Amino acid sequence: MKYFIKKLITLIMTLFLVSVAAFLAFQIIPGDVVTSILGTEATPEREEQLREELGLNKPPVERYFNWVTDVLRGDLGESYRFSKSMNEMMPVAELIGDKLPVTLWLAAVSLVLIIVIAIPLGVLWARSSSHFLDAVLGVVTQVSMAVPSFFLGILVTYLFGILLKFFAPGSYVSYQEDFGGFLKYLLFPALSIAIPKIAMTARFLRNSMLTELQADYVRTAYSKGCTKRRVMYGHVLRNAMMPVVTFLGMIIAEIVAGSIVIEQVFGLPGIGRLLISSISTRDFPVVEILILYITFVVIFVYFLVDILYRVIDPRISEV
Amino acid sequence: MKRIRILLTALLTMAVLGGCGSDGTGESSGDNSSKEPVYGGSVVVGIQQDIDSLDPHKATAAGTKEILFNIFEGLVKPDENGNLINAVASDYTISEDGLVYTFTLRENVKFHNGNVVTCEDVKYSLERVSGLLDGTPLISTLKVIQAVDILDDKTVQVTVESANTELIYSFVAAIIPAGSGEDAEADPIGTGPFSYVSYTPQVGIVLKKNPDYWQTGLPYLDEVNFKIVNSPDSAVLELQGGTIDIYAYLTDSQAQELQETFNVEASASNVVQALFLNNAAAPLDDVRVRQAICYALDKDSINDFVGGGNGTIISSAMLPTLKDNYVDLNDTYGTTANVEKAKELLAEAGYGDGLELEIAIPSNYEFHMQTGEVVVEQLKEAGINATIKAVEWSTWLDEIYNGRQYQATISGITCDTTPGYLLNRFQTDSKKNFINFANAEYDALYLEAQATLDIQKKIDAYAQLQRILCDDAGSAFLQVPANMTAINKKLSGYKFYPVYVQDMSTVFWTE
Repeated sequence: MKYFIKKLITLIMTLFLVSVAAFLAFQIIPGDVVTSILGTEATPEREEQLREELGLNKPPVERYFNWVTDVLRGDLGESYRFSKSMNEMMPVAELIGDKLPVTLWLAAVSLVLIIVIAIPLGVLWARSSSHFLDAVLGVVTQVSMAVPSFFLGILVTYLFGILLKFFAPGSYVSYQEDFGGFLKYLLFPALSIAIPKIAMTARFLRNSMLTELQADYVRTAYSKGCTKRRVMYGHVLRNAMMPVVTFLGMIIAEIVAGSIVIEQVFGLPGIGRLLISSISTRDFPVVEILILYITFVVIFVYFLVDILYRVIDPRISEV
Repeated sequence: MKRIRILLTALLTMAVLGGCGSDGTGESSGDNSSKEPVYGGSVVVGIQQDIDSLDPHKATAAGTKEILFNIFEGLVKPDENGNLINAVASDYTISEDGLVYTFTLRENVKFHNGNVVTCEDVKYSLERVSGLLDGTPLISTLKVIQAVDILDDKTVQVTVESANTELIYSFVAAIIPAGSGEDAEADPIGTGPFSYVSYTPQVGIVLKKNPDYWQTGLPYLDEVNFKIVNSPDSAVLELQGGTIDIYAYLTDSQAQELQETFNVEASASNVVQALFLNNAAAPLDDVRVRQAICYALDKDSINDFVGGGNGTIISSAMLPTLKDNYVDLNDTYGTTANVEKAKELLAEAGYGDGLELEIAIPSNYEFHMQTGEVVVEQLKEAGINATIKAVEWSTWLDEIYNGRQYQATISGITCDTTPGYLLNRFQTDSKKNFINFANAEYDALYLEAQATLDIQKKIDAYAQLQRILCDDAGSAFLQVPANMTAINKKLSGYKFYPVYVQDMSTVFWTE
């Protein structure tokens, strides 16, 4: 219980510090919101009116304070940039609420691909005594890790979209419209995200297993008559998973926060793309909430990893 | 009858293309245009930017205006030759002294909500943009409106403060239903060929046919989907995969790649690209240094390198497509490099040993970045050691455009159909004069040109203004880049405008 309270306090403190940092960053970086929204052709009167509407004529401290009180009340504010109707701006909650499922589903599909492929692959690799397989996997994973994700995305689109015609590039349909079609389209960006991560995870698992195989308990297990299969899955894999879980946690945090490049290439309206465009248009209310979301995800995932440790290795919770 | 109109459209399209040195790709569309149009169907147009506002009076981004053109219309609207045609108004007269505009409304023009456009709507719209409604003018050129009076149920009279023969171009401002500008939940409602269906941030905007459109027979399409495509590389893949049918602003290499499978057509854009020089920053405050830079540049090879030779070289701030007002000043500095002359001028100015120049370029514009690389190499020949500083767009707007804290920058300024539009900004105390151009003769002449009601006098004055700007080397004007557009081969009727417009009303499927 004490553990949870400690974690919760850390979470709140971190979120607060991050929001202050983001606010300060917005004060420092050049770029005026009003010019960014109105461009170069607007009348000075319109600029003044907008400045007032957005509350930009108030001192920074007051603005930050107002923003925090609103957020605590559950009002995330309105985007500076995206319209909802002719005269209304899009509420941040609605905007992000709309984009979040895209990123979460993309993350889920990628994660399934990573786990389903990387773990058997890593075990197979560690078990194999064939030099040939070892060399092939070594090269393949090395290459998959080295390819920049932008290029990989284009490559996947070209191969599966243009040559094999498994999907039409850019034919994204909204999850509200056609969920099946949505998932089907997500498969390809998910694959682009997964490929380098699969390579990394498999490599990681293999190395971790090879280290574990040297351990004393393996010899003990064999000498008490365990089969190779039992040694591998019952003892070695479980112990070798510990560092892999941390690694997977890092990957989850990364993809749940939005894969900026892949979303861009496949035209997915997700969190990553929203973040980039909001930063470049100085859409402060959206950026703040997205940064808080990402911070929360990272902390939360590490918290889950912590718990998973305890499940995999009960000795930890005794300490 | 329809056939004749389509033929006419094809001819006009070709005429526009011919004006900018078309590479012959326009022909395919000529073939298609003779085909019988099919009514119905939908088209997906790839666009590069998200839209900035659904309010036609508040939208300022060119990328938004080109879409809203399909939803909204003004009393008048531009056609594909840059001339004005009557839209919501069927006729108008301007008083001798240029101070009173009288518009007659077209019979039975309906808003998308089914209501007939009344004088009240026109009055409301004009009062809203001019600031008479709430003190906040939304369109700066219409600030001069002093009163909007309803004479009878078909006639509206607008009184302005000062005469300006170009003011009529500003009456393209959208007519919207009275009161809709303050109605919080209102969908955008106009009188255009298409009506608004939905907008999803980062996804796009969907429009459907306006069955009551006043131009009978238009539009052909039932639905138009403007889809946001974030990276130009994805755009090519989406075109090839059949997800989008039309995509404008292709790069030269993309245009080459799509040549076989699409109708790729070049048209003149309304962007003036220049190496803008801050006339107030040393050493560019010396006219000789600015002239030396103009001499040092090889505009022909810039055009070849970055635009595949499709751009139009210019030497001052006027679009060549505005034929009546444009003067060709390319002989002043030549279109190829004159290194000797450049070095001579630099030596005269005391920079015989060379000088340092920082060129800031908005990094999101690949085209300007590439131009920058070529420019740096060319300036090196003349002993100018230029460096590129890539800046983010918001920063560019804030520090360079508004703050004027820079030496040189490569960017583009866009023009509407008003001929004097680009010249306006170079008046010494103009808010838009980000190059700090200061020339008393220019200022006086510009005011004179604005005041005269004599068209020929105005044209002469504009010619002189272009000359001053060029001779004084206000900036090193480079080119009007060509706009390369890929269009599905089964589509026809796409019209190229000299301004940023994607007119979907005349587009149709041929099968």
